[in-house]
Amino acid sequence: MTAAISINNVKKSYGSLDALKGVDLTINRGEFFGLLGPNGAGKSTLINIIAGLANADAGSVSVLGHDVVGDYRQARQALGVVPQELVFDAFFSVREVLKIQSGYFGLGKENDAWIDELLDALALTDKANVNMRALSGGMKRRVLIAQALVHKPEVVILDEPTAGVDVELRKLLWGFVEQLNQKGHTIVLTTHYLEEAEKLCDRIAILNHGEVIALDSKASLLQSEICNKLHLIIKTAEPIDQLPDALAPSIRDKVKYLDGCQMRLELHKDKDVIVDVLAAIAGAGIKVVDLETERADLEDVFVELTSKKVS
Amino acid sequence: MMNNRGFYTLFYKETLRFYKVALQTILAPIITTLLYFLVFSHVLKDRVMVFEDLSYTSFLIPGLVMMTIIQNAFANSSSSLIQSKVTGNIVFLLLTPLSYVEFYMAFMLAAVVRGLAVGVGVFLIAICFVPVPVHSFAFLLAFALLGSAVLGTLGIIAGIWAEKFDQLAGFQNFIIMPLSFLSGVFYSIHSLPAFWQVVSHLNPFFYMIDGFRYGFFGVSDTSPWISLVLIALAFIGLARFAIKLLKQGYKLRH
Repeated sequence: MTAAISINNVKKSYGSLDALKGVDLTINRGEFFGLLGPNGAGKSTLINIIAGLANADAGSVSVLGHDVVGDYRQARQALGVVPQELVFDAFFSVREVLKIQSGYFGLGKENDAWIDELLDALALTDKANVNMRALSGGMKRRVLIAQALVHKPEVVILDEPTAGVDVELRKLLWGFVEQLNQKGHTIVLTTHYLEEAEKLCDRIAILNHGEVIALDSKASLLQSEICNKLHLIIKTAEPIDQLPDALAPSIRDKVKYLDGCQMRLELHKDKDVIVDVLAAIAGAGIKVVDLETERADLEDVFVELTSKKVS
Repeated sequence: MMNNRGFYTLFYKETLRFYKVALQTILAPIITTLLYFLVFSHVLKDRVMVFEDLSYTSFLIPGLVMMTIIQNAFANSSSSLIQSKVTGNIVFLLLTPLSYVEFYMAFMLAAVVRGLAVGVGVFLIAICFVPVPVHSFAFLLAFALLGSAVLGTLGIIAGIWAEKFDQLAGFQNFIIMPLSFLSGVFYSIHSLPAFWQVVSHLNPFFYMIDGFRYGFFGVSDTSPWISLVLIALAFIGLARFAIKLLKQGYKLRH
């Protein structure tokens, strides 16, 4: 089956900065794909090249098998992009904006029902005839999403769509995007909220310094060595300046942080038994009054991988 | 295959854009031009003789109409593009399956429509005060269409090139305005010293004004056919250049 997006050895430089150093990536049809990376990693540059907003220096990109340069009409017809910036045309109302965007893709009145459906799904119906200038930031963000979807593209790219969006709207957006994915649309998401990627994405690529440093299913990434870590945070009855000599060296090595009444230990989720660790701590004369555990998540994977690359 | 509806939508959007602010884009330039007309005709009508049996006031009207057409055609395409670039909403256009030619044609034709709308407005009000004959409607129309198309295209090029509003203002104030004012709107170049007559012939706007005036009076400083050919060639050259810039994505697709 043709890939939703196929990226082959794409390179892009801005002066002396290599924004993309030969990226290869295949995003399958129907996937909910996460593209993660720190600021300046090259995510937006890559998205711009896929969308035809930037030209690659080398390599090729195709959307549903259509080259984004040579066969740009078909490629763009298959693609909807929600840009990161909150941009809008101040001359028009919400409905005018959507009808105009629909017209660019060769669609006329026959698309009006879909426009109404989009307005309804994104809770914009009562704002349909309001000028874009009069909308709040959250409303404008919804219009951006409607604009990207107005021609029913099979592949949808969302470039940090929830940046600066309140919790309620974020829930509405993700509910809507999940529905799209269930209907067969391929979704590519970039976000700084890693819990969103962890919750929504099937497969994740992590980009850093213009290179793909990790590409795997979410499940595999979460089963990696980094995710075997389990943090045990304990609160002691008395402040501790230094660990008692009676504490076994094997436990002492696991203490990563000590400050007053708080102690943080890094355990292996399979090899270490919390009860045994607590017993050893109690045996060394430390009285524990409270505890909590934190499992490693995608954020830990992300931080570990991106910091490795920097060093 | 042409994306006819896409092209028409962009053309419609570009005309709707200036129609929504018609006070600024149509009425204001009409008023400004009529003020030129009132002031210059009042001051110079008894002092300047340009063509025999033709009052200075009548002579002035075609030049002012053409100057208005070309200035507004330029303003339409250039301001629309620079606004879209600066605010960032041009992204919605760049993401569409419109071809470079469709993109160019829609912006250029919308500029022609605005130029003609303002020009017709000035003309209709002016002829309420001064009668103006029409010698050749075909020439008149050809020069109006070609002149506005050339300036609409120049506006596209300037809009693509400029990154800030003041760069565009510089293009407008230091190139378009002087060339249109010094193109024979207010005088016949035969009244100028020989050197300045030669210089005037290097001004492409001169041929637009002179040929357009021929459409009204049947007299001109240069053969209207030469003017027509020169403007048509300028249009073809500029259109090809504008389409090339769009195809390259110059300052649009980074």
